Amino acid sequence: MTEKKACVGNREIGTKSDCYVELELQNSGGIQLELKSKVGSLFGKSITKLTNEILSFYDLKNVKIYIEDTGAVEFVLAARIEAAIKKLVKSDKDFLLNPLEQNKQATKKDMFRISRLYLPGNTPKLMLNAGIHKPNGLILDLEDAVSPKKKYEARFVVRNALRNLHFYGAERMVRINQGELAMEDLKFIVPHYHNLILIPKCETSDDVIAVDTEIQRLKKENKSDLDIWLMPIIESAKVVMNAYQIATASKNISSMAIGLEDYTADLGVQRTDEATESFFARNMLVNAARAAGIQSIDSVFSDVSNMEALAENVQKSKGLGFDGMGCIHPRQIRVIHDNFAPSDKEIEKAKRIYLAFLDAKEKGLGVVSLGTKMIDAPVVKRAETTIRMAENSGKLDKNWKTA
Amino acid sequence: MKKYDKLVTNAAGRVVPTIINGEEHIPFMGIGKYKPTGRKYAPRIASCADYPEDGNKLVPGLKEALIKSGLKDGMTISTHHHFRNGDLIANQIFDIAHELGVKDLRWYPSASFPCQEHLIQYLEDGTINRIEGSMNGPLGRFASLGKMKGLGVLRSHGGRYQAIQDGEVEIDIAVIAAPTADAFGNANGVNGDAACGLLGFALGDSQYADRVIVVTDNLVPFPAIPWQIHGNYVDFVVEVDKVGLPEKIISGTTQITKSPDRLLIAEITAQFCEEAGLIYDGFSYQAGAGGTALSIGNYFGDILRKNNWKASFIRAGSNKYPVQLLEEGIVGYILDGQTFDLEGVRSMRENSNHVNTSPFTSYNYHGKGNFASLVDIVVLGATEVDVNFNANVVSHSDGYLLHGIGGWQNTLFGKTTIMPIPLFRDRIPVIRDEVTTMCAPGEMIDVVVT
Repeated sequence: MTEKKACVGNREIGTKSDCYVELELQNSGGIQLELKSKVGSLFGKSITKLTNEILSFYDLKNVKIYIEDTGAVEFVLAARIEAAIKKLVKSDKDFLLNPLEQNKQATKKDMFRISRLYLPGNTPKLMLNAGIHKPNGLILDLEDAVSPKKKYEARFVVRNALRNLHFYGAERMVRINQGELAMEDLKFIVPHYHNLILIPKCETSDDVIAVDTEIQRLKKENKSDLDIWLMPIIESAKVVMNAYQIATASKNISSMAIGLEDYTADLGVQRTDEATESFFARNMLVNAARAAGIQSIDSVFSDVSNMEALAENVQKSKGLGFDGMGCIHPRQIRVIHDNFAPSDKEIEKAKRIYLAFLDAKEKGLGVVSLGTKMIDAPVVKRAETTIRMAENSGKLDKNWKTA
Repeated sequence: MKKYDKLVTNAAGRVVPTIINGEEHIPFMGIGKYKPTGRKYAPRIASCADYPEDGNKLVPGLKEALIKSGLKDGMTISTHHHFRNGDLIANQIFDIAHELGVKDLRWYPSASFPCQEHLIQYLEDGTINRIEGSMNGPLGRFASLGKMKGLGVLRSHGGRYQAIQDGEVEIDIAVIAAPTADAFGNANGVNGDAACGLLGFALGDSQYADRVIVVTDNLVPFPAIPWQIHGNYVDFVVEVDKVGLPEKIISGTTQITKSPDRLLIAEITAQFCEEAGLIYDGFSYQAGAGGTALSIGNYFGDILRKNNWKASFIRAGSNKYPVQLLEEGIVGYILDGQTFDLEGVRSMRENSNHVNTSPFTSYNYHGKGNFASLVDIVVLGATEVDVNFNANVVSHSDGYLLHGIGGWQNTLFGKTTIMPIPLFRDRIPVIRDEVTTMCAPGEMIDVVVT
């Protein structure tokens, strides 16, 4: 490497909870640290200590380092400093803080994925409190939300976030890039207690298999047995036609999503709130996913200020058979959950059916009936799903049978 | 003269001086413990024989008015802050004092704003000895660095009125910038190009100051109605081109927050109030500035509508949000201490249920009751709260005095005082073992939402 100076991080106006690092390798002069921190009077010493620790970890003795800090937490500071170092010095060592215990948890293939919030992978300030809004999943995005020249440094932030960010119980997801970049992304993700990978702009089942194979290789290499689920995103007309093939490409696929910005661009039409232009694609996706036994996830709704339109949109998604939807603002989460949740009427009906089913089972009857109507097995199954969703949304007490 | 002397530990456990700027002060003894005896301060008796019979008290300029008022070294000059960051008069007063070579003034504003950063040069050269009142932004930073010649003293809105009426602070010259006035000195804030709503913070100044100057850019024929400030208290009237910048009375903190985290805290706060039964038909609340407090007000509105209830009154700081509730009919009255935007000004002008109040009516602890303790729910911000519920509203955790104290301490007397605050800002914890600056003892604070 010939470069002598590296610049990493953010410092534009409005930057918070982040830092900007300039690092210059020198031949002599020891460590010259200049720290400008918004929280210097309280954290100056600890930032200096961390910086020295990282520099010594990489055996750097003569550097000029400038840190402009807007209140970055430890894992962000560490990510920035490490990224700056690795832009200049080749090293296989990672500087890692001890992970939070709760971040080591696995998730189930069929867990609820009603809402998942996108977070730009290089913007720590949006990550810190994201979990308190209680989405089912938090997506640290390395793809479209990170500009090409920030892709490298973003990986360090995302890796450290997977270990040290409090997710408040949300599933830990990452959206990777495509092709070569994707393979590089995976090295930063797979070994670090991560639950689900979103694979954007899938073209063929080979794309999924390539990612899956690399994940399995990395898991073996790192002796990790944590399940990592896949969520391919379908974003073009051609791929809509191959949806089932993609949905069945790996047993690790838990769900499949549709990205309507790219899809409508591919069709050459405007994306509208009514979404009639994507009616076919969404039907295809739901059907392919159901046929493959996985979840179908709808595209994000981009007008973050219009909650009424979002609610209508969610109702439509639910009507089409989707299991969840992406969001790009924390305020959308509750609206998505409320509108995916079964209505009071649906819950009442499901309860009656389910109780009738239990009653019939107890009495050893082969046929379930409610009033004068016969109830078929699929009706019971739907009722069970409705009850499970109602319980999950908090609309139905888990002990409703005894209450 | 030492800035302060004779340190003691007060009832809140803090070490404080009892001699400040050479004067004796009583340390905090506990809520409601200090009861002054004796009589209120009395201004000089004036005779109308000394004032023009035609009622025309106009003098050619502020400089003449200050000279005629006897401006000299060591005097106390007061101003109000109804123009917030659009004030044009305070700076001029001290430009004139500097020009006349007057020294060691005590500036006694009801609050100061960044637009008065101009005065730092006079704090440095000794024209102004110290600020007593409220300091934020650049002036607060300057005071925090110990650069002020005298010791700064913060006074809440109620505490300021109290200090005037008790004679703790004797105002030599009060300068009252008024959006509308007549030549007799009657003045109000509801009319004129620079309408700022009301002039309540200047009420005590007008009643007790030795000399009172009204400055206006909208001189109307007698009588200027409503006379929020009575001309009978006024010595001189000055007409100027521009008294204040009305668009700057709107401050950045008077919009509903867009931050999802703060909205969540607001929502939880409103939910708490509802489930705890604090909201009922006829309840009342304090509406503060600040994005979180404003969105809580909106949630209160939703709860009222849902139940078909009506709030009896809002104590405000008003802006468009409480005004909407008043006009919708789900709030009976706004009892307003200051207007934060032009909608508030308009409403006060047009709606007789939007009432102007002063720190005398709402916040004066040395009176025969005050409104503050009648309010059901008070929602307040804080820079820090500690594990004993003590709270800080003026300084950051690094010790810098950056926020005005306002009426914050006075509103604590409400029935349920709630502080919705995040756990941390940037990396700084907001809930701490001990607050950096104690502005309220924990016994005054009932609920922390975080």
